[in-house]
Amino acid sequence: MTAETIATAQATAAASHPYNEVVPGAVLEATKTGLVVSPDRIVELARYLRDEQGYDYCSMVTSIDWPQYFEVVYYLYGAATPKDALVLRVRLTDKANPVMPSLTSVWRGADFQEREVYDLMGVRFEGHPNLRRILLWEGFEGHPLRKDYKEPYFEEESKPFKSRHPDGAHQWAEDRVPWKDNVSYPVGWDPDLWRSPEVQYRRIMGVDEATGNGDGLRTERILVNMGPQHPSTHGVFRMVIAVEGENVVGLEPEMGYLHRCHEKIGERNTYIMNIAFTDRLDYVSSMSNNLGYVLAVEKLMGLQVPERAEYIRVIMAELTRIISHLIAVGFLFNDLGAYFTPALYGMRERELILDLFEAAAGSRMMCNYMRFGGVMADLPAGWVERARNLVWNRLPKVMEDFENLLSGNEIFQSRTHGVGVLTAAEAINYSMSGPMLRASGVPYDVRRAEPYSIYDRFEFDVCSRPEGDVWARFRVRMDEIYQSLRILKQALDGLPEGPIMPPGKKQYQVRVPAGEAYARIEGPKGELGFFVVSDGKPNPYRYHVRAPTFINLTSLEKMTLGHKIADAVVILGAVDIVLGEVDR
Amino acid sequence: MNQQLPTNGLPEGQQLPEDLKKNVFLTTVDNVYNWGRARSMWPMMFGLACCAIEMIAVQAARFDLSRFGMEIMRASPRQADLMIVSGTVSKKMLPNIVRLYNQMPEPKYVLAMGACATSGGPFKEGYNVVSGIDKFIPVDVYVPGCPPTPEALLYGLMRVHEKVFKQSVKTAPWYRKDQLNEPVPQPVLGPDLYNPKDREALKKIAEAAQAANQG
Repeated sequence: MTAETIATAQATAAASHPYNEVVPGAVLEATKTGLVVSPDRIVELARYLRDEQGYDYCSMVTSIDWPQYFEVVYYLYGAATPKDALVLRVRLTDKANPVMPSLTSVWRGADFQEREVYDLMGVRFEGHPNLRRILLWEGFEGHPLRKDYKEPYFEEESKPFKSRHPDGAHQWAEDRVPWKDNVSYPVGWDPDLWRSPEVQYRRIMGVDEATGNGDGLRTERILVNMGPQHPSTHGVFRMVIAVEGENVVGLEPEMGYLHRCHEKIGERNTYIMNIAFTDRLDYVSSMSNNLGYVLAVEKLMGLQVPERAEYIRVIMAELTRIISHLIAVGFLFNDLGAYFTPALYGMRERELILDLFEAAAGSRMMCNYMRFGGVMADLPAGWVERARNLVWNRLPKVMEDFENLLSGNEIFQSRTHGVGVLTAAEAINYSMSGPMLRASGVPYDVRRAEPYSIYDRFEFDVCSRPEGDVWARFRVRMDEIYQSLRILKQALDGLPEGPIMPPGKKQYQVRVPAGEAYARIEGPKGELGFFVVSDGKPNPYRYHVRAPTFINLTSLEKMTLGHKIADAVVILGAVDIVLGEVDR
Repeated sequence: MNQQLPTNGLPEGQQLPEDLKKNVFLTTVDNVYNWGRARSMWPMMFGLACCAIEMIAVQAARFDLSRFGMEIMRASPRQADLMIVSGTVSKKMLPNIVRLYNQMPEPKYVLAMGACATSGGPFKEGYNVVSGIDKFIPVDVYVPGCPPTPEALLYGLMRVHEKVFKQSVKTAPWYRKDQLNEPVPQPVLGPDLYNPKDREALKKIAEAAQAANQG
């Protein structure tokens, strides 16, 4: 949808909108894709929506660069009592200096997401407690997701590149650019005079707040840097921790060390090219990522998926959940000092499931299996029998082993009970999702709250624990494996014969009508959302991923404060981050 | 490896006494030295992206890196012999990787695992992606794939071993005073990634711009 059509879209008389009676002048326009809100009144309206209307869960924040204005989009849901999405859109017409008030005072979960918008789109949020770049480094020039930003290797606005067709005349990117590399410097930039801007770890540096142990002695506050190359950070993640003695008094996550420009590349790719890129988001669970993305595009295209394909999708997604949880549990024990043994057990079972993926999709890890309207290939002969053997015989025994070996372990119990506690209200306010949210006593599961695909046909329980600590997160993951097995049994029993793609010729170039779609699924790590804006061209106009682990990290400081530094590692392990998804 | 063992290490015309033949095993210093290095090559515990998961799979039960004496992943670069660059190298991460490489003691080897570490891979056009780690540090073996299968990585590791066996203690640069390895110059995160090799050219442009401003 172009900006013109949005501006002239059928709008109800905005003045009579019920929210305007409470917060006068807040809703400027009610469009089909959400409420256009005045930036001056949005904080007031947000507070009202949270406290009176039950929109307590700020799921996604993103931004769109339209020719006339920047648009910041907030997707709100209800978590305590499930509610349908409410979309707030703020249009900032001053393209030279876009500023709007921050909503972090209402929903803490907007914290990192607003920083991301600031980093990549250059919208400033007034009143944000820590507004600095999050994925790129301090001092980087430009805001890459703006439409006028061109990378050093920029070739053409959209793929497939015409210069290479039809005669395939390819030129090395390095040969085209002045510096023979993927860099560009501002004109007249002098490397000898360059000083990197100093990063202010504002909140955690303040030594004046040092409290000591209560005996009148002032304990010196020390900054400890963990990562980006550290065995317990699960990849290239970095934490800056302020400690007094052994106690954590401040923590700031630093990320972006694996920022692979997923969204910028995705906006240049055609729709079908992006499926392969979604594999590489959360690289432990590629099938789930495929599913989320194709659901979003199918929503735009209005495609009907054949029955058999729906079942295959559910089977693949649940197998992926089992892999992801087994690895999460295994590496959580790694962080606790059970060096690699539980992880090796998890990896062993993962290989068996990957064999199934390889047989169906042709690739172990990056499956690239789902397509718009179905799946890429039918299951090969004997696949279902192998899967049945795994689901009915092998995995339940493995789970028994896991329970016997791990759950009752005394060290594990004493290290995890009461560590990293988040209450239900905090978890919702921090926009936690997936096992993190359910372990805090909020039985919220997208498969149940807003069923997608054919999840409404299966019987399963939403696993939830009231404790809100690391133990509860471990327990929820283990319980979810049982539920996944339960779904798998029903799906394998019910798997019908039939086509796997809608009728018609297979298309490499799909026609996606103009519009906007947001599809969310219950990924293994939380609510995985794909936000696609189409303007009718072969490439998405805007493509955004709501990465669950990125947003789950918002509460990392809150969970860690007051604990020992050794517990920080365990708490991070229980968040179960995958850096490909955190940094995108 | 057998064909590299000398059949007889004694001077021309001399024979080993019969009773010693069963107890004494003659070989060259190079062979022992290289055999020891190749069979206890400790990789650095250093995962960057998706390929790191396949690297862990190589360590795990089915593919079992311990068969090569390589199961001890060292988190500290000071104890590591081999850096497996397993994944996309982002500009933000690159200074850290170069620093880790400089901290590794000689002899050290680098294996670029996957398309991204080799050339930038599918993400090459990205504004935060380095098009191949070999633009900054020397690479011994490239393993193609996205991600390479564990079998491919094992094959790549065996090629590293082959390379080790071709080296000689007499000519190894890390024992020679005249071939001391200088540390790789540290890239800097400026407005974009600053590669020290561009310094002269950048200085010229900067001076020209300054002159134009004053003129």
